[in-house]
Amino acid sequence: MADFVFELRDLCFSFGRREVIKGLDWQVDPGHFYGIVGPNGCGKTTLLMLMMGYYAPKSGEVFFEGRDIRTLKRRFLATKMALVPQDFTINFDFSVFDVVMMGRYPYLPRFATPSRAEIVKVETVMEEMGISKMAGRSVMALSGGEKQRVVFARALAQDTSVLLLDEATSNMDIRHTLHCLDRVADRITSGKTAIGVFHDLNLAAMYCDRLVFMKEGTIVYAGETETVFNEETIALVFGVKSEIICHPLTADRQVLFYKRDVS
Amino acid sequence: MVNNISRDAPRARRGVSAFFLLAVVFIFVILLSAGMGYIRIFPTQVLKIILAKVLNLPDFMKGLDKVFPYVIWEVRLPRILTAAIVGCGLSISGVVFQGILLNPLADPYTLGVSAGAAFGASIALLLEIPFLGIYAVPLFAFIGSLLTLLFVLSISSFEGRIASNNLILSGIIVATILSAGISFIKYVADEQVSVIIFWLLGSFNSRTWIDVFLTFGMVTLGGLFCLYLARDLNVMALGDKVAMSLGVHTNRTRTALLIAASFIAAVCVAVSGIIGFVGLVIPHLMRFVVGSDNRILIPTSALLGGILLLFADTVTRAVLPQEIPIGVLTAIIGGPVFCYIFRKNRRRMIHG
Repeated sequence: MADFVFELRDLCFSFGRREVIKGLDWQVDPGHFYGIVGPNGCGKTTLLMLMMGYYAPKSGEVFFEGRDIRTLKRRFLATKMALVPQDFTINFDFSVFDVVMMGRYPYLPRFATPSRAEIVKVETVMEEMGISKMAGRSVMALSGGEKQRVVFARALAQDTSVLLLDEATSNMDIRHTLHCLDRVADRITSGKTAIGVFHDLNLAAMYCDRLVFMKEGTIVYAGETETVFNEETIALVFGVKSEIICHPLTADRQVLFYKRDVS
Repeated sequence: MVNNISRDAPRARRGVSAFFLLAVVFIFVILLSAGMGYIRIFPTQVLKIILAKVLNLPDFMKGLDKVFPYVIWEVRLPRILTAAIVGCGLSISGVVFQGILLNPLADPYTLGVSAGAAFGASIALLLEIPFLGIYAVPLFAFIGSLLTLLFVLSISSFEGRIASNNLILSGIIVATILSAGISFIKYVADEQVSVIIFWLLGSFNSRTWIDVFLTFGMVTLGGLFCLYLARDLNVMALGDKVAMSLGVHTNRTRTALLIAASFIAAVCVAVSGIIGFVGLVIPHLMRFVVGSDNRILIPTSALLGGILLLFADTVTRAVLPQEIPIGVLTAIIGGPVFCYIFRKNRRRMIHG
């Protein structure tokens, strides 16, 4: 059992009377990039929030590395998993450096001035994300995409074995989207695990080696991207007609859609 | 890469130097204002009297006018210290409220703490409570603000979660209801109405050492508690989800900070009446200088708040020909200052 990063058993959750997650079972192996896809309101974000212990399940269990997540300390979890949220608001004029530095908070005492080594860690991540030049700027003065890169860098600075990405690149241009996801891919290669919610099916198919299709609060298809990413699945989950093609050079699977009148 | 360190380090260092600079000014302003008033006393003489009293060395006061120690020690210092401590308290409370409510327009009174205190004080003044003596009004004010806070918290929490805009809305609703209640009390109060109005405008007149010790103890306690959670407050600026993923118990921390900050504000209101704008303006001014890290912002804002409120109180006590209520003075000065920094802030945000 401890071999799984996450194990979800018969998980249920509801907002008031509205059931959002209905009896969901899922096992997450280490060292993979999982993509969660599905129509709006199918419970993707809620599932991530349940996995990080933000919401408490109504029934069922979430096990992290074999232990019930409710028994684990928040500070401990902060050194194990990092989150890039869908909505990010930064209301005070912290500098870019300050925000990325917050990723190191779980490792530092409350009033510590960060050591040289910690600062170097933060700067390495900023360099990696290409935001070093903004280090001294106020995050409030940044554009949506730039802010998202800062938030992304903060999560990477947390240096955890699990990354939870909720539409983590939704505001970025294509170059930065690819750059960010490449950085995640690097970390998968070195044995870490990432779970990302995607709206862009092509990005999910390109970067995730395993895909989970959700519909109405439960997982309807899960498996290797090559097997589950096909026209039937997309038609059943999203209700749209599509064609899957292979990238001529990389052989990545990509999906094409039809306009209303063409079919 | 070295470049970035050099760019970031000054801010933290600036925070520390700002703190020590403000601490020196703080002490200097206390000494200076203790010497000001109807009887002028030189700051060095003030220092002598204070040292003589604190260290119990009467020799220090040799050659000074016999009235001076009484004026300094029994009349002026209690008022001066109360004003300074209330300034600290309101500023700490302001920083914390702005941080928790994720709203730079929040102040210690946002959750109806002032309306609750005013309501409690009005009742005490209306009924002319015979027991408790002069402590009836502050006590009722304190109880009024805490009850209001608990009520606001309870109506703004849904399924164990408290969202900041719910808090602001509930605070406004409750404050509106309470001010209707206060108007009603004024209406039925008859000759007591002027006493109520005077209390509501705030004053440090005839404070005693008991006031000083009570406010000092409670503001320090509350302030240290907020300072302990200051880093968690930083993270909460990134939203609840991220804060939680960084190991912060968001709900627990938010509730604890709300209660601590309201407690500080309630103590301040109870001892001085309602003094606006200090808790709103000071944190804004300080953010310009030291940035948004609450670990630095809380102590430096506390000092600046103490300095400025004491300054304002000294102006109304010793400089103006006639004493005007401190709450009016802070609004007259603080209002325009706030308009200015508000405009400046917006412009900075638009133009980068």
